[in-house]
Amino acid sequence: MAHGPDLSLSIARLTFGGTVLYKDFHLTIAGGEVVALIGPSGVGKTTLLRILAGVETGFDGQALVDGRPAPLAPVPGLVFQDARLLPWLTCADNLRAVRPDVSDAVVAQALAATGLVDVQDKWPRQLSGGMQRRLGLARALLVNPRLMLLDEPFVSLDRVVVRELQALVTDLIVQSGATAVLVSHDPQDAACLAHRVVIIAGRPVQIAADLALDALPAQRSRTQIIAYEDRIETAMVESAL
Amino acid sequence: MTPALDPRPAALRPKGEAWLGWASFLLMIGLWGGAALAVNSRFLPAPWAVIAHIGWLTNEAHLLPDFAVTLGRAALGFVIAMVLGTLIGIALGRSRWVDRLFLNWVVVGMNLPAIVIAILCFIWLGLNDKALILAVVLNKTPLVITNIRQGVLSFDPAFDEFARAYRLSRGQTFRLIHAPQLVPYLLTAARTGLSLVWKIVLVFEVLGSDSGVGFRVSLFFQFFDLKGILAYTLVFVAIVMLLEHLAIGPLERRLLKWRTDQT
Repeated sequence: MAHGPDLSLSIARLTFGGTVLYKDFHLTIAGGEVVALIGPSGVGKTTLLRILAGVETGFDGQALVDGRPAPLAPVPGLVFQDARLLPWLTCADNLRAVRPDVSDAVVAQALAATGLVDVQDKWPRQLSGGMQRRLGLARALLVNPRLMLLDEPFVSLDRVVVRELQALVTDLIVQSGATAVLVSHDPQDAACLAHRVVIIAGRPVQIAADLALDALPAQRSRTQIIAYEDRIETAMVESAL
Repeated sequence: MTPALDPRPAALRPKGEAWLGWASFLLMIGLWGGAALAVNSRFLPAPWAVIAHIGWLTNEAHLLPDFAVTLGRAALGFVIAMVLGTLIGIALGRSRWVDRLFLNWVVVGMNLPAIVIAILCFIWLGLNDKALILAVVLNKTPLVITNIRQGVLSFDPAFDEFARAYRLSRGQTFRLIHAPQLVPYLLTAARTGLSLVWKIVLVFEVLGSDSGVGFRVSLFFQFFDLKGILAYTLVFVAIVMLLEHLAIGPLERRLLKWRTDQT
């Protein structure tokens, strides 16, 4: 299976509202690696994701995806915190918004892969919160992304739905071989999904800890996940001191 | 409340209450009939007399050609004003520079008395259809601009970010992201615009035209023909209601189906 792209992010300086958010920040991610960016709310995690998606360009420095500037790199599969579905389009048309050329069968297949059945003609508001996130995930997968960017994809969902979605996302990333960056403030998300956890903190933002999680995400037991979660939490507490 | 006067979009009104709109209309006719019986019919002809008069005006006089002329003028003025107003409104909403430069013009346009614009157009271009339609367009366009500008300023930036992240083309972004967000504002501009255009066209026809509903009503006025005035008014109301129920309402329900559809 082909791996996703290598990522290299260098931010010489990024200011926001007069505050220096990032200064001399460097992060590299190997192809096929799943990296969780963890940090407190408001630290600037989503900003990093927006830079990698090619949406945020107002900074000194460069974001390279396989050596190419982020805005010119192939379309990433971006999963937004709020699902960001287009409410005026049916579920099927929400998928076609990013790939107008796909057949009905491919749309049905993408929906089925995320556990959605018989929703093609429904409107997004008719879906539950968990189903909306699944639809956002199906949309991201439809572009056959080599790079998956997930911005707090499980926030505001109940625990059962979060568990289901964490397992689904893990499977889908493993199947696709994509490089993935997950942004979250919850250590449990990282403990479930990531090969590596990067904890960021401070102003300007710095990498406070960089942890490798040995076991492959798809093969982790509950005990291992809980142990990883503890390890990440401890690192987070120490980075805040 | 008649459906046309209900402030909620047609798609959001409860379906079971539709009969109330018609009951309201019948109540209005009933009140009119009662009042007509109570006063001198020369000052207030009864609705049945006016309806019979509509038949006579249609067969023996100029009702149909008059309405054809007025509707043609209103439709032309409406379409030009909607297209121009939409394009200018988008430009103002999208560019701060254009907005700063031209917003005052829109404010002036909104507040210039319609009659002044009409008189100036008639003086500059003569008493003809071109002047009349230009006057309608100049009156109506600022209202459309204001609505559309507001719509553009209300665009949700989160959807623009989605479009950029998924590298949607400009055409796709307009079709999938911007146009749907503009629809409610376009519908409001169309609905308020239609009611304004009717009134303006009629006033301008009274002022400087030798054809159309306004011209005919001014003739009825000179002969104190109240039955004629009310007959033309009733036909006018019927056309407005038909437009609401056969065109704008269904269009609104279709375009805003995503807000209410339960299937």
